[in-house]
Amino acid sequence: MATHHASETPTVSKTGHPFSEIRSVLATDCGSTTTKAILIEKQTDGTFRLTARGEAPTTVEAPFEDVTRGVFNASVEVAELCGRTIVGHKDGEEFIMRPQTEEGGVDIYISTSSAGGGLQMVVAGVVRSMTAESAERAALGAGAIVMDTFAINDGRQPHEKIERIRQLRPDMILLAGGIDGGTEKHVVQLAEMLAAANPRPRLGIGFNLPVVFAGNSQVRGRVDEILGKKVSLQSVGNVRPTLEEEDLHPARESIHDLFLEHVMQQAPGYAKLMDMTDAPIMPTPGAVGLLIEQLAKATHQNVLGVDIGGATTDVFSVFSEKFNRTVSANLGMSYSVSNVLAEAGLPNILRWVLFDIEEEDLRNRIGNKMIRPTTIPVTLQELQIEQAIAREALRLSLVQHKAFAVELRGVQQERTIADAFRQSASGRTLVDMMKLDLIIGSGGVLSHAPRRQQSMRMMIDAFLPEGVTALAVDSIFMMPHLGVLSSVHAEAATEVFERDCLVWLGTCIAPIGPGTQGAPCLLVKLEAQGDRPAQEHSCKFGDLILLPLEHSEKRTRATLMPAKGFDVGAGPGKSREVEVTGGVVGLVIDCRGRQPFTVPAERSARVEALSRWGRAMDEYPEHA
Amino acid sequence: MGAAYTPGLKVSEHVLIQKHRQLPLRGEVVVKVGDRVGSRDIVARTDLPGKVYAVNAAGILGVLETDVPSLMQKKVGDAVKHEELLAISPGIFGFFKSKLSSPIEGTIDAISDRTGRVMLREAPTPIVMHAYIDGLVTEIHPGEGCTVEAHGAMCQGIFGLGGEVEGAIEIIGAPDVELTASMFERDLTGKVCVGGRLLTLPAYEAAKKSGAVAVIAGGIHYRDIKEIVGHEIGVAITGSEKLPTTIVVTEGFGAIDMARATFELATKLNGRKASVNGATQIRAGVIRPELVVPDLDDKKEMSRAAEVPSLEIGSPVRIIRAPYFGIIGKVVELPIQLTELESGTIVRVLIAELPDGRRVTVPRANVEIIER
Repeated sequence: MATHHASETPTVSKTGHPFSEIRSVLATDCGSTTTKAILIEKQTDGTFRLTARGEAPTTVEAPFEDVTRGVFNASVEVAELCGRTIVGHKDGEEFIMRPQTEEGGVDIYISTSSAGGGLQMVVAGVVRSMTAESAERAALGAGAIVMDTFAINDGRQPHEKIERIRQLRPDMILLAGGIDGGTEKHVVQLAEMLAAANPRPRLGIGFNLPVVFAGNSQVRGRVDEILGKKVSLQSVGNVRPTLEEEDLHPARESIHDLFLEHVMQQAPGYAKLMDMTDAPIMPTPGAVGLLIEQLAKATHQNVLGVDIGGATTDVFSVFSEKFNRTVSANLGMSYSVSNVLAEAGLPNILRWVLFDIEEEDLRNRIGNKMIRPTTIPVTLQELQIEQAIAREALRLSLVQHKAFAVELRGVQQERTIADAFRQSASGRTLVDMMKLDLIIGSGGVLSHAPRRQQSMRMMIDAFLPEGVTALAVDSIFMMPHLGVLSSVHAEAATEVFERDCLVWLGTCIAPIGPGTQGAPCLLVKLEAQGDRPAQEHSCKFGDLILLPLEHSEKRTRATLMPAKGFDVGAGPGKSREVEVTGGVVGLVIDCRGRQPFTVPAERSARVEALSRWGRAMDEYPEHA
Repeated sequence: MGAAYTPGLKVSEHVLIQKHRQLPLRGEVVVKVGDRVGSRDIVARTDLPGKVYAVNAAGILGVLETDVPSLMQKKVGDAVKHEELLAISPGIFGFFKSKLSSPIEGTIDAISDRTGRVMLREAPTPIVMHAYIDGLVTEIHPGEGCTVEAHGAMCQGIFGLGGEVEGAIEIIGAPDVELTASMFERDLTGKVCVGGRLLTLPAYEAAKKSGAVAVIAGGIHYRDIKEIVGHEIGVAITGSEKLPTTIVVTEGFGAIDMARATFELATKLNGRKASVNGATQIRAGVIRPELVVPDLDDKKEMSRAAEVPSLEIGSPVRIIRAPYFGIIGKVVELPIQLTELESGTIVRVLIAELPDGRRVTVPRANVEIIER
C-alpha cells in the first residue's frame, strides 16, 4: 500500500471507504511512554461519540523495537472494553480489521506520534528576531521540538555554531534566511556553516539528514551546490518572502512530508505503522495545534491551549486568527520537574504550598520525582507540592510563549504621536489576556487532578486570566487523536471534541487593577435562567468566590460592574454585559488583583490566604 | 491496563550481561566474534573530525568575495601549519598588500567566492572505545561497534554521575550509616567504595582525595549535586560529567538505607574487580547506573539483564514514594478494583507487607520490583 504525503490528504481509506461515509474510527497516539487508543462510533442519532479508550506501553524501545506492538495492545484493550473484534490475525501477523463488518473491525484507522522524543529540529535564519524566528515558528507549528536556533547575529562564533550543530544530531534542519531578492551572502554563509558541520541525523546511521530550505528563493541554486551532496535537500517557498509577510505553510507541509518519508522510516516499526494508517501520521503536538486552530476559527474566539507533560509543556495560542505554538522543552512534571525548580526558584514554588516544609526535604522530593517519574502522590501534601510545581511550570511556559508569539519584527510601521507615547513597537506580544476567550488545559496534572476545582485553580493562578475567560480541560488527552481526525472528517472530530473531549470547568471573571484588601471591587449580577433565580454578588478586593453554574447550551447573561479603577474589559470603572459559560466547577470571581497579582510574602499571611482561597473553591478534602 | 508493568532495578549475582559498545560515528571495529577481551581493551576506534574555523578572508585581505579563490596559495584539501601564509592581496600598485595566514594547524575545508570566507579544519581527534567489561565479543556491527557479553553479578542504581571506571570493590560502611569524610581518610586508589545511606558532600570530597574511582551509596542530597558538578541537573541525563570519582546512588535523593540485597551482594563481591558506570537516562531508552562484576567461569542458570519481571503475589518491592519511601516490602494482594488514596487520586494499588508486619496500600506505580 502506498504511503500518504502530509500535503495530499486522502478522501478515501486504504480499503476504498469514503471518509464521508465512515461509521467507526480507531485512533491511536503513540506517546513516549504510553500508546493511547480511542474508538469513535456513529450513533443511531447520527452523531459521532467516543465509545472506548485503551492504553498500553509504547514499544519503540528494546526489547520490542516495533511501535505497532503497543498499537495492537492498546487496540485489543479497546476491543475488549467494547466487546467487538478490532485486531485480526493472518499468517501470524496482526492487523487492524477494516472496513467495519458484522464480524467487527473499524472503517478507518489513524494515528499521531511523539514516541522516541518526537520530531527534533534545528532551525537557522539570517537575523535572530526575523527570519530565524519565522523558521522557529514554522518548525514549532509543524509539531517539532526546536533544539537550537542559529542566526548570523546570535552572538556565537562560527566555529562554536559548527561545533554545536555537529553535536546536536537533529531529525531535520530548517534553513531560512533573507527575504526574496534580499541578502544572498548571509544565506550562503549559513549553508556553508551547515556544510562544514556535516550534521548527522539522530536515527539511521548512513542516511542523509533532511534539510528544508525556505529562505531567499534566489539563492536556491547556490544552496543546492553547497549542501546538495551532503544532505537530503528540499527547497520550498520562503517563510519570509517580504518583510511584511510571513508564509509558514510551505515549510510546515515540507516538514510533515519529510517527517513521514525520512524520519519515521528510521524509527522501529514506523514503516509498518505508516502502511496501516488511512491518513498521514502527524506529530502529536502538530495534531493538537491543528485542532486548536480549527476551534478558534470555527468559534471566532481567542484560544490558549496548554499541554503539560512529563518532560515538556506545549502552549498553543490563537489570537486574532494568528496561530502560535511554543514548547518549553524542559518544563514538565516528572522527567524535567527538577528543572522547574531550577528555573522558577524555590521561593516561587513555596509560595503555593499550604504547609511548612524543609527546603532540603522539598528539593529531595522533587529530585525523587525526576528519577521515578511515574510515581503518584499518595498524601494530600504530596499532591499539593505537585500542584504548586505545576503552577510554576505553567506560568513559566506562558512567559516563554508570550515572548515568542509576537507581531512580525522588522515591519515598517507608520507611527503616530500616540504610538510614541505608548512606546509600542513591532514585535509586541499577540497574547492579550484580556482578549482571551478560552483556556484549554491538558496533561496528567490538569486532566487527572482528583478534583476539577484544583485544575481550574492551577490554571487561574498560573495564567492569571483577565476580564472574562472560560476554562476547560481535555478529559482524557484526546486532542491529538481528534486533530488528525479533523484532517479527514472535521464533523466527527468537532462532535467528539465538544461532547466527549472537553470538560467545561466554568468561567473566571477577574478585574484588573491594584486595590486595598477588603475594599469594594466588583458587583456581579447574574440573570435568572431556568429554575435558577437572578443573583447579585458584591465582591471585595482579595476575594476568590465560587458560584455554582452548570454548563448548558445556553450561556448565562451577566452584568459586571467594577469599582472605580478596576477594569473587566470595558475600561476602568466601566460596566460590561457578558455571557458566561458554566461548568463542573462553576463561575469563579477572582478579585485577588491583576497587574499585579501577589501572594502574601509573610508565611502566616500566605498560609491564611492560600487556605481561604482553597476553602472558597472547595479544593481539598479538609476544606469540604 | 492489561499490559501494565512496573520498572525495577536489577540486583543479581547471576545475570547475563550484554554491553553494546557503539562508536559516536562510523569507524573501525578492531575485534572479532569470539575474542576474549579485558575491560580496558580497545574494541573500536574512529577519528572525531577536527573543529572548523571560518576566516573572513575577503575582509582581512580587503578584496571582493569573488576574488578570494584566485588569491589563495592553497587549495581545498591542502594541509596548513599555524601562521602559514594562505593568501596575499594584490595591493595598490604592488604596495599595501595584505596577508592572510592560518590561525590553526589543519587542512583547508572550503573556499567561498560568495561569502569570501575560508573554512579551516583542525586535525581529527582519534577516539577509542574500550570493552568496559571483561567478556566475550559475541556480535560485530561493522563500522559501528560490537557486543561484549559476560556472566556475572549486576547491581543497578537509580541515579549516577560520572562515566565508566573500574576498580576493586571496597565496603566502606554499613548500609544504614551516613558516610563521613573520616571514612575515606586513607589510600583508596582505584577502589570502588560501597555502603552507607547518605553520601555527604565532605565524604565525597574526601573520596576524591583518597583516589577512589567510584562511590556507591544509598542516597545523596539533591542540593549537593550542584556543588559536585557545578550546575543543577534539571533532567536526569548524566554520564558525561568529568568527575574523578563516579557516583552511583542506589535508592534516591535524601538519606535512605541502601537496600539489604544490594549491600549483601556487594559484601560478597568485596575485593573483586568491578566495572562501574554513572550514566543515567530516565526518559525513553532508560539507562541505569550500574556496578557489574563479570565472571567468565560462571555457568549458572541466569536471566538476561534486559528481561522485565512481572508484579506478582510474593514479589519483593521497594516503595519509591512517600509515605513509605525506601521501605522494602512483599506484595501480599493485588486488588483489581481502583482505590481512592488520601490525595483523592483513584488508582490501581497493591497491598504490601512491610518488615514490621504492617500491611499498607500503595499505588502500583509507586513500587519497583527488586529483581534478583
